[in-house]
Amino acid sequence: MDTLSLLILIPLVTALGVLVSKKDQTIKLVALAGSILQLGFSVWLTLFYVGLRNAGISGMFLMQNSIEWFAPLHIYFRSGVDGISLSMILLTAFVVVGGILVSWRIEKQVKEFFFLLIFLSLGAYGFFISTDLFMMFFFLEIAVIPKYLLIGIWGSGKKDYSAMKLALMLMGGSALVFLGIVGMYYAAGVYGSAPTWDLQALSQIKLPIEIQRVLYILIFTGFGIFTAMFPFHTWAPDGHSSAPTAASMFLAGISMKLGGYGCLRVATYLLPDAAQELSWIFIILASIAIIYGAFATMMQKDLKYMNAYSSVSHCGFVILGIAMLTKTAITGAVIQMVSHGVMTALFFATIGMIYDRAHTRQADELGGVLKQIPFIGTTFIIVGLCSLGLPGFSGFVSEMTVFVGSWEHPGVWYKVATILACASIVVTAVYILRAVGLAIWGTIKNKEFEQLKDARWNERLATVLLVVGILIIGLCPFWITKLVDSDSLIIFNKLISVASLAH
Amino acid sequence: MSSYDLSSILIVLLPIVSFVTLSVFGKRIKPSISGVLGTMSLAITLVLALYVAYGYFFDFGMQAGAHVKHIALQFQWLKFNENLSIDLGIVLDPISVMMLVVITAVSTMVHLYSINYMHGEERFTMYYAYLSLFTFSMLGLVVAVNIFQMYIFWELVGVSSFLLIGYYYTKPSAIAAAKKAFIVTRFADLGFLIGILMLSYGAKTLDFFTLIERLTQPNSVYLASFAGSSFLGLSALSWALLLVFTGGAGKSAMFPLHIWLPDAMEGPTPVSALIHAATMVVAGVFLVGRLFPIFAISAPDALHIVGYIGGFTALFAAIIACTQTDIKRVLAYSTISQIAFMMFALGVSGWGEESEGFTASMFHLFTHAFFKALLFLGAGAVIHAVHSNEMEDMGGLRKALPITHITFLLACLAIAGVPPFAGFFSKEAILSAAFHGNSLIFYVGLFTSCLTAFYMFRLYFRIFWYNPVKEDHHNHEGHTWPMNIALIILAFGAVFAGLIPFGHFVSADGKPIELPFHLTFSIAPVLLGIAGILLAYVMYGEKNEMPDKLTASISGLYRAAYRKFYIDEVYLFVTKKVLFNLVGRPAAWFDRNVVDGMINGYASITTMSSESIKPMQSGRLQSYTMFFLGGVLLVAALLVIKFM
Repeated sequence: MDTLSLLILIPLVTALGVLVSKKDQTIKLVALAGSILQLGFSVWLTLFYVGLRNAGISGMFLMQNSIEWFAPLHIYFRSGVDGISLSMILLTAFVVVGGILVSWRIEKQVKEFFFLLIFLSLGAYGFFISTDLFMMFFFLEIAVIPKYLLIGIWGSGKKDYSAMKLALMLMGGSALVFLGIVGMYYAAGVYGSAPTWDLQALSQIKLPIEIQRVLYILIFTGFGIFTAMFPFHTWAPDGHSSAPTAASMFLAGISMKLGGYGCLRVATYLLPDAAQELSWIFIILASIAIIYGAFATMMQKDLKYMNAYSSVSHCGFVILGIAMLTKTAITGAVIQMVSHGVMTALFFATIGMIYDRAHTRQADELGGVLKQIPFIGTTFIIVGLCSLGLPGFSGFVSEMTVFVGSWEHPGVWYKVATILACASIVVTAVYILRAVGLAIWGTIKNKEFEQLKDARWNERLATVLLVVGILIIGLCPFWITKLVDSDSLIIFNKLISVASLAH
Repeated sequence: MSSYDLSSILIVLLPIVSFVTLSVFGKRIKPSISGVLGTMSLAITLVLALYVAYGYFFDFGMQAGAHVKHIALQFQWLKFNENLSIDLGIVLDPISVMMLVVITAVSTMVHLYSINYMHGEERFTMYYAYLSLFTFSMLGLVVAVNIFQMYIFWELVGVSSFLLIGYYYTKPSAIAAAKKAFIVTRFADLGFLIGILMLSYGAKTLDFFTLIERLTQPNSVYLASFAGSSFLGLSALSWALLLVFTGGAGKSAMFPLHIWLPDAMEGPTPVSALIHAATMVVAGVFLVGRLFPIFAISAPDALHIVGYIGGFTALFAAIIACTQTDIKRVLAYSTISQIAFMMFALGVSGWGEESEGFTASMFHLFTHAFFKALLFLGAGAVIHAVHSNEMEDMGGLRKALPITHITFLLACLAIAGVPPFAGFFSKEAILSAAFHGNSLIFYVGLFTSCLTAFYMFRLYFRIFWYNPVKEDHHNHEGHTWPMNIALIILAFGAVFAGLIPFGHFVSADGKPIELPFHLTFSIAPVLLGIAGILLAYVMYGEKNEMPDKLTASISGLYRAAYRKFYIDEVYLFVTKKVLFNLVGRPAAWFDRNVVDGMINGYASITTMSSESIKPMQSGRLQSYTMFFLGGVLLVAALLVIKFM
């Protein structure tokens, strides 16, 4: 039993606790206690990790462990963490606590709901600590299925269509990923000593470029679908708009990050030659997603659709940063994942709070709610300002790191892509301010809104927690950069060692 | 750490502490206390700023006959790579120290004034919180040690301005104005950002002073890295600087990015005085001033463009100012025109011996802050009394508002360039610099300063003389002493700020210079200014038919100027018609119908094909036998063909 397994064990025990609890109130308390414990543990783990690094312990992953799972196929449960996975784990822990808090007043099938939420988070934690491709895939699947049920059962609107679409598209993504990693497994047998799923062993094997090309496209696209990469993003708007609030938060805050993490850790790190050769494809797709997503956002009236499309645009920065293949851009992409995760979770939470009260999410049917529900209204403005990249909030730090990192790439067309990405900050300002002006400011349009009550304790707690998350990154970016930077350097060094060999 | 360093840190920190206190504990603080609290903390920063300014100019700032920069604080905030990092810090140098004094002085007066002006407002505490946030951001901007630090605070002043313009958030026009201000300046900031990226890529640093050093030394390798490429006849360095200038032009409302400023008058009037007259809108001038050595030494062609844009904007805005009837809008266009004076003063300046334009520009920035803030606060007092912004609701108010009347008159004399008021000295310096630098800009400036005198006194006579709307000898100022004190203190600035030997303190390279002053040279501008004032008196001293006749005789020009030369309509066309309808709408449609349609298409193809092959697995033995037989026959046929 090692330390990292606790990250899976705590959610597992919590999920079991939820199953055996009888009263709704107990279920909620168990889920909350478990997730807070997990948050505390993640923070401790990060501090412990930093302590180890400061003590001079090197190696790509720390706290490694390996348990045999199915020897004939060389499947091991290999775990280990570095700064990148730890920042993802912290993000997950923050979003889970926030999501559970805002779901406090759910009444339908409480036990199943909280069980699925915890189970989904288990998949994410497992994914982030795995250093074995098969186990990564295993946990990736765990994180997909609960979403189908969460939307299908607790959702609203055309929930069946959305749930099915989301599940099928994400399954399609995992199928591509699976093809890719199986290919890698066998290729390791041919070009290395033996077939293996081990990420670190695979990184030592040099595959021929022809094979790398195929695998890179498969894996990057597969994970890209999870990150809502253009043109495979259409599950996101429908999925988000039908999902219950907590599911939207998990979906945008956590599971879209599984994709980005996979693109970086598997596709780019393990297939560096192909990344050098083909990443321009994804730069083009990312630039399109950023600009086109922003313009599409501008036209949305439903606040959830708006935030879903803006997620497409913002996650484009993640893909862009990863595909630019410079150290700074990779760091920026990781920070953007964390930043966007916390921010968008808070955004969905706020929209959910408004919807619960006003029973509409149409920006033009709302209006003037700031006067009636100042806490929620102010939160909306704060998170909007974060979304448009205001300094002091996390969005600024991550976007600027991606921009500066992308600009490091000497190619002219790469600079054009960067300028396009920069241009999106103007469009972002347009749609955020439009939403604020229509929905939050203005005079109260609907007489019924004069009865609205402001946020309750659980909603306030969730908001404060997530706002603190945004502010920590925004005001003290040096912590997260320090955590992530050395690991992006490892990935970057592998990429340039390839480039220098090629020339 | 010296006491000066400590004071400079406190200057920046106090407003943010006040912001956090007021916004977090706002509900528990009584409005009257929050106003006093905000004002007190600002007053302390003003004292500290004066102390730092004294220290810098008379104690430690001068070394070897020149004012040198002094870093009071610097730490790394966000590291991008080995070369590039965002450092936050405080630099004291002539222009930043001068700005510290200007910002804290005007901000203190505005805080004081607002105690009366905003009395009884529902969100009074939030108003003070936002004012503090703005002051913090503006102070952080001027003391920036790193170009990215400036960008950070640049965005923060933008958002504080947005929040303050939208202070009356239930008013549709205020919402629209706040959005417009933020989006137009954000668009300009995009240029700033790309400019920063270009500069940092070439110079391998984001630090202001390293940047300036690396890009001004001849034969430096960094400079050479820009020399390779050129586009439309300008070098990459010029383009980078012009992009940075775009950001400055957005904030400083240079043509064609000026459109947000007149609308920004939707905010409370003291806010207009602070943000949209004295401090934030001169950030663009300050930015060009900060990078001035690079402009002047390495990219004079870019500097010329700055000069022409400034010259054009000065004239353009002054013409519009002559026709507006909303008194705040007149002042807004006048602000645009005056900032353009500062901008073209930089544009006509050279380096070394010919850098008097730089000093003149900063001088005008300094004096303008006082008299323009005073004008706005005076206009606020007028609006407070008559509850209207329109000239037609005013007239003959000199008895009702005696203190406002006198201070407003002093400010008008200052801006019109009548000696010995503040504006006279700074404007003379600018015109003299333009005379030596670029004669076209000089004549434009001369004509514009005549227009300035005209439209300012049109405003003055129209408010305080003319025919009263209703007979009212009642004094409106009795119980508003914080407002009156603020007006009187600023009036001192408007009268005496010009007497400071500004060149001794602020110059491009830190070495004290004498601003040239020739009696013969100043005769023409002063006479033209007085002519403008007389014309205004004849037309607006009391009600007569002349203005109507004049406007009728030039009705085309008048209408165009009154409608602000239709620039807003052009923008509206581009944004609403082109961007929304030709880009946004198709993108959203394309996404729902083509991209998503493809995905749904796949799904329906799958469903259809499964429907079509479903009958095959019917479970009936007869059809399976038929398939089997058919298969046998097919194989047999193939064998026959193969072996025939």
